[in-house]
Amino acid sequence: MKSTIVSSPHVPRANRVDQIMLQVLLALVPGVAAMIWFFGWGVLINVVLAVTFAVLAEATVVLLRGRRPWPAVGDLSAVVTAVLFAISVPPTLPWWLTLLGILFAIVLVKQLYGGMGYNPFNPAMAAYVFLLISYPVAMTTWLAPSMLAEHGFTFMESLRAILTGALPPGLDWDAVSSATPLDEMRGKLDLDMTIEEIRQSPLWGSFGGRGWEWVGNWFLLGGVYLLWRRVITWHIPVSMLTGLLVSAGVFWLIDPQTHPFPAFHLFSGAAILGAFFIATDPVTACTTKRGQVIFGALIGVTVYVIRSWGGYPDAIAFAVLLMNIAAPTIDYYTQPRVFGHGGERG
Amino acid sequence: MPIAHLLSNKRRLWKFHGGIHVPDEKALSNACAIESIPLPERLVIPLQQHIGAPARPLIKAGDRVLKGQMIAAPSGFISAPVHASSSGTVVAIEPRPIAHPSGLSGVCAIIEPDGADTWAELPPPLPDYPQLDPEQVRERIRWAGVVGMGGAAFPSAVKLSPAIERNIQTLVINGAECEPYITCDDRLMRERAPHILEGVRIMHHLLGVAEVLIGIEDNKPQAIAAMQQALADTDMQAYTHVVSIPTLYPSGGEKQLIHILTGKEVPTNGIPAQIGIVCQNVGTAAAVADAVLVGRPLISRVITVTGRAIEQPRNLEVPVGTTTEDLIAYCGGYQEPPRKLVCGGPMMGFELKQPSVPVTKSTNCLLALTAAESPDPGPSLACIRCGRCAEACPAKLLPQQMYWYARSKDLDRIQDYNLFDCIECGCCAQVCPSHIPLVQYYRYAKTEIWAREQERKKSELARARHAAKQARLERQEKERQARLRQQKAALEAKKPGDGEGADPKKAAIEAARQRAAAKKAAAQTEGP
Repeated sequence: MKSTIVSSPHVPRANRVDQIMLQVLLALVPGVAAMIWFFGWGVLINVVLAVTFAVLAEATVVLLRGRRPWPAVGDLSAVVTAVLFAISVPPTLPWWLTLLGILFAIVLVKQLYGGMGYNPFNPAMAAYVFLLISYPVAMTTWLAPSMLAEHGFTFMESLRAILTGALPPGLDWDAVSSATPLDEMRGKLDLDMTIEEIRQSPLWGSFGGRGWEWVGNWFLLGGVYLLWRRVITWHIPVSMLTGLLVSAGVFWLIDPQTHPFPAFHLFSGAAILGAFFIATDPVTACTTKRGQVIFGALIGVTVYVIRSWGGYPDAIAFAVLLMNIAAPTIDYYTQPRVFGHGGERG
Repeated sequence: MPIAHLLSNKRRLWKFHGGIHVPDEKALSNACAIESIPLPERLVIPLQQHIGAPARPLIKAGDRVLKGQMIAAPSGFISAPVHASSSGTVVAIEPRPIAHPSGLSGVCAIIEPDGADTWAELPPPLPDYPQLDPEQVRERIRWAGVVGMGGAAFPSAVKLSPAIERNIQTLVINGAECEPYITCDDRLMRERAPHILEGVRIMHHLLGVAEVLIGIEDNKPQAIAAMQQALADTDMQAYTHVVSIPTLYPSGGEKQLIHILTGKEVPTNGIPAQIGIVCQNVGTAAAVADAVLVGRPLISRVITVTGRAIEQPRNLEVPVGTTTEDLIAYCGGYQEPPRKLVCGGPMMGFELKQPSVPVTKSTNCLLALTAAESPDPGPSLACIRCGRCAEACPAKLLPQQMYWYARSKDLDRIQDYNLFDCIECGCCAQVCPSHIPLVQYYRYAKTEIWAREQERKKSELARARHAAKQARLERQEKERQARLRQQKAALEAKKPGDGEGADPKKAAIEAARQRAAAKKAAAQTEGP
């Protein structure tokens, strides 16, 4: 018998952090594949670059902190952060911006706060916001979805664009890039166009931007998988999407010509991705169930407020970071009633 | 009438928060009927086998004892006697390793059985107990040393004599046996259901309750059937119900079982009697029946010896004082070297540091687990606040917050998060993806708080003593001052009498001087 005494329980443990992270990565596959389909190989190249940078950055910092890098990197949390970051940025983002973002996320936001489990802010979203504020042009130059693009990027063209910033001969950024649906909607609404007029554009599909709406659906599939495997619970995603839909619905009912219909908000930008994969990051979200409902709903409402009246067209990252600040307070005020503390029924 | 039967069985059940499903592993041993084990060569009987005041030894080394003879008497109300589990000679009374989470020793009587198993003279059975004074029946249970056999080992006679102002309405009999592996209560219910019900009837009589609920997890259909069958043969059906409850760990926790069966919550820091409920284990019921109807003290119990490292898992009727070594030898030894020996179930039991410790009245299981069954959880990672622990917690606590404060030794804050409502069931640790030994952190925090509490009491006592001493010295000083003042005042009071020449000394001196002056004058006139 070994001499180390292990405390009860003496049964195999039911969960493992790396397995949970692996489930999240698996759940991201359909959405990421859809993004590659609609926006080209650049998405995949960004993911590979981001994951490589993230693993190296994590291992280096952990070594500098005098710990062994293996368990830290092996928990796969840096990989999840990297993938979430890579699919949030434009598919032709210069490689050094990806590097900068990842260093910001892993070194500053995560490791300097104590590493896995101790970071108050979502690393991927903090890095996204950092780059968006510092490099607004590069961070908003999105390619048009494949069905609208006049020129589809090959793998090599994407790689060259990312590594050197060079476009295929005869093309310039104005020709290949396209406003995201949220940009388009904001820009046109600012020009006092009605929703009906705006929707005449070929950019629009059945409920959101063409291409974009389907990406959301595939992420939804992954989200349902996470719910099914009990990696996440319904509280945050459902309350966040409800918060967004209800806010959008109220204003749409007041004036459907100047406020986009609720489904537009749901299937544009990162609403679905945010609800299932970003707001649900356990480290930075609320942990009480009631707290999670409040946390999610507040993110949903904040997203609508920023999208409608804020300075940026999409708002998932801002809303999530804002609520990350609020999470400990929400948790404090939403503690469950402990068994045996008043009340006959649980 | 099958429909009426169904309806009568359809009791409303309540659900406690959380809980976990763990492989129950009961098939390893639940087909093994209870067997008696041959007398071991040595019996090591701990003299403290219950919660409460320690028992006082009645024997010394060299004494001859008979089976069932009281060898340690209770001291105080919450205490229980210990009896010799066989006849023989007391070889020694000395500290021996006992089954304790910290591997502590306890004073044990070591008895060398003579093999004759001769009974001491036992008190008469009390079959007419309903006509007797309940106090007499309780005294019998107390004499027999019956304690809670589900693990807590609280003296049963105390639980069966509730204060008058507590109106006990319900007796809950715990046959849930929710811990994986353990099958001793399952076998007991299958094989000795009528005997258990006799004990239940006695407890029902003593408590005067309106209703008896026997809760059994539905992974023990044969035990449920046996108990129902036995119940059908009695006149207890009017007030007794055998209730099948869903299998979900820890439904056998006292608070959880009461909640499942009645919907009531035992208040924090409280006992079930406060909400009109008393809870007893099925094994305890059988021991009560032994004490009252046979006149036999509690000197043996059924224990499950199992785990995949054991050659032949078994349910054994074991004399108290048999060592775990004897049990394992009787079960054919080890199939493979065990990773650990656990006393109790795998969820709440503790690892034994010594391979040979004695079985007590509350030892229900001995587990020899292989490395595959009980893998080392490995180094724990950081908490990712996933909240799975809170989802699993039957007390509805926030284990992740308690862990945070236990780690930072914030003992006040951890109590704000109701640390003392934790029943240490281990659900949180089992589901934790970071493999943090959460229960250990809570035990640590509880002990730290108890230690701090004791320190505070001690220092308060010291402060009170110091203050008392200061007050005493002050008082003595004041008294002294007062005495001096009084004396002075008395002197002052005498002074005014000085002018009258009241002082005899002065008067004598004055008289002597006058006499001398007269002599001198006389001498001068008589001079030449």
